[in-house]
Amino acid sequence: MSLEQFKNRNVGTQDYKLLDLGQSPTEGMDKFYQVVRRTFKGELFVGLWVTMREMINALFKGNMHTVKYPFEKLPISPRYRAIHDMLRLLESGHYRCIGCGLCEKICISNCITMDTRYDENQRKEVSEYTINFGRCIFCGYCAEVCPELAIVHGPRYETASEQRASFSLFEDMLTPIDKLNLQQEYDGFGAVSPNADENIKKTPLAY
Amino acid sequence: METTLVQNLPEVTAAGVIIKAIIILAVISAIAGFGTYIERKVLAFMQRRLGPMHVGPYGLLQLVADGIKLFTKEDIVPQNANSLIFKIAPSITAATAFIALAAVPVFPDFTIPEWIPLLGGVFVPSIAADLNIGILFVLGMMAAGLYGPLLAGMAQANKWGIIGAARTAIQFLSYEVVTGLSILAPIMLVGSLSFVDFNNAQAGGISHWLIWQQPVAFVLFLIAGFAETNRTPFDLLEHEAEIVSGYATEYSGMRWGMFFIGEYANMITISIIAAVVFLGGYSEVGIGWLTIILKVGFFFFLMLWVRAAWPHVRPDQLMWLCWKVLMPIAVINVVITGIVMMV
Repeated sequence: MSLEQFKNRNVGTQDYKLLDLGQSPTEGMDKFYQVVRRTFKGELFVGLWVTMREMINALFKGNMHTVKYPFEKLPISPRYRAIHDMLRLLESGHYRCIGCGLCEKICISNCITMDTRYDENQRKEVSEYTINFGRCIFCGYCAEVCPELAIVHGPRYETASEQRASFSLFEDMLTPIDKLNLQQEYDGFGAVSPNADENIKKTPLAY
Repeated sequence: METTLVQNLPEVTAAGVIIKAIIILAVISAIAGFGTYIERKVLAFMQRRLGPMHVGPYGLLQLVADGIKLFTKEDIVPQNANSLIFKIAPSITAATAFIALAAVPVFPDFTIPEWIPLLGGVFVPSIAADLNIGILFVLGMMAAGLYGPLLAGMAQANKWGIIGAARTAIQFLSYEVVTGLSILAPIMLVGSLSFVDFNNAQAGGISHWLIWQQPVAFVLFLIAGFAETNRTPFDLLEHEAEIVSGYATEYSGMRWGMFFIGEYANMITISIIAAVVFLGGYSEVGIGWLTIILKVGFFFFLMLWVRAAWPHVRPDQLMWLCWKVLMPIAVINVVITGIVMMV
């Protein structure tokens, strides 16, 4: 089946075929003929053959569809949005979050909690940041409003936990500093544009 | 050959019968347990899955894990249930299944070699109790087996159980008729009710098998056997889509497990009867015990295969099939067999 058939929603233009089911018999003799016909048609053996064929394909031709889940995982789509990641700046390794609080404000299930303070340089610092994954509905608003693209939805989908209200700390979601080169960037509002280098102009300080 | 064979047989002693009974109990209950593993594996392969894989190599120890689970689960007796009947009903199923096997030839005769201490030289007969009415005994015992699900369903204070019990009554009683009538034609041909006579009558190789003379009876017996053992196209007793596991709704732990040991033992009994009565039995040219194991294995596999392939039937379709189709065909088959024998 090609993709075209999925995209084309106009049922009338597709070549669907009506199955020829015939008419159900009403008279006694017709019913009897139907029973006899079906008895000797061997359709039950077709069913047996189909299951046997699947078994042969599965066992000897590698057509087994089981994924041994904890040991092997299917690739997920790059658009998959699951447990949040907090990203770091690629240049310095410092976290991107500026503690603006927009994600906490927009969170419709009220699961993000953050606390900020001024550090010794009078810069704003995130002192506490948790997301209650028992409440999070993964709507994506927090990632949408983040002006720094600091919070994004990552691909980690194994969210089973022992507690109903399991939460995650800022450090757990933050990209580990040694995995910084593996950090995946996301396009969106606030992202560095692809031609950022060309657009940079010298600041006119010479006047 | 038959007559000389019977006269030359060594004496059947009590020790031999006891050994045979122990062999039957040990082997059949082991196979019945192992059958659950085989069933899960075969069904999984037919649905392109792997089935149990994690307990032991290829999930082989799943059987042990199931046993531990069944034995250690809480034994629940519902509040308004008839406690006594509720408790003995599973034993009825398991016991009748194994009693039926007493008259069934599981393996050929053999004599224990002389070098084995204590038991050396003991002759072990092919049948624990070689009744001259073997088939009648087995069919009667399997018919008595209907009391297991029937009493189980009626003893628990549960509507699904009651429906399951009602279906037990209609299904088992109706298909008893078809089983009896379908096996009547081979009995007329052989002229005996003993499985040993059936086996000896077909001893001449594949061309002597009764399936060539009685194909209709064979098909009828298979269909009725599926219904009697509560296998899939006819498993209305515990139809999980309609009546939440039917007569076994309220059962837990080993009481539930005994129903299934009984069901698998019955499957093996039906397989053995089909193999002995229609497919030549155990003593033919070549290795007797291997051929009967292969035949029984084929019928056992067929039951799993059919479960993977075919849908359930409705209760009304079940009754329609039994009384309007199978029973008349069975009667006609018996009549035609009689006419052919007289002419």
